[in-house]
Amino acid sequence: MTDGKEKVTLVVFSGELDRAIAAFNIAIGAASMDMEVSMFFTFWGLNVLKRNEGEIKSKGILKRMLNLMNRGGTKRLPLSRFQMVGLGAWMMKRLMKDENFPQIEELMSEAKELGVKFVACTTSMGIMGLGKDAFIPEVDSYAGVATYLADAREGSVNLFV
Amino acid sequence: MNADVTLDCVGLYCPMPISKTAKKIKELDRGQVLEVLADDEGIKEDMPAWCRVTGNEFLGIEEESGQYKAYVRKSK
Repeated sequence: MTDGKEKVTLVVFSGELDRAIAAFNIAIGAASMDMEVSMFFTFWGLNVLKRNEGEIKSKGILKRMLNLMNRGGTKRLPLSRFQMVGLGAWMMKRLMKDENFPQIEELMSEAKELGVKFVACTTSMGIMGLGKDAFIPEVDSYAGVATYLADAREGSVNLFV
Repeated sequence: MNADVTLDCVGLYCPMPISKTAKKIKELDRGQVLEVLADDEGIKEDMPAWCRVTGNEFLGIEEESGQYKAYVRKSK
């Protein structure tokens, strides 16, 4: 906390591929510039952290329905524009691959390697009926708004994506 | 310009040249020069910006037919 490094925080509210890529890009850049980076995933942003494989179990019919319709996981993230029933996301991934740009999973592991912290919002988890088992093991902590603000007030760059 | 270490980032887009530079510079001794090869034009602005923030010395950039060679001296 007090190692003199500049702090950067990102709130990832969106669960779309393009927005998530932009967030990871900034996080990687900041971490490469010796800054301490925390990414807070809340609401639809939790979809970015959901594991790709297996079923996500939750209690209650509404929550079960939500997690069926809103399964999430990096492989299922749509584009914020031109999704076209999946064609858009497929096309964008293809373009990025052709241009040798890392896939979102690679960006995430690059961010982790550089020390970026992933925090999942417990309030959104509670409302949406998500347990810790819904997420990838790369999540560093599960926390709320006070944790975010404690970091953000020391942050020189705070972004909402 | 003579470099001690060369890092090839040709074909890579932002933020990869910067993150690779950040990792590579750790392997150098203070005073040594790193050469970064790239073809993403963003490197022209990004490398000096990276140096300003990280406290390394930006020695310049050479451009030759769409390819860039950026030079950084490890300063801390």
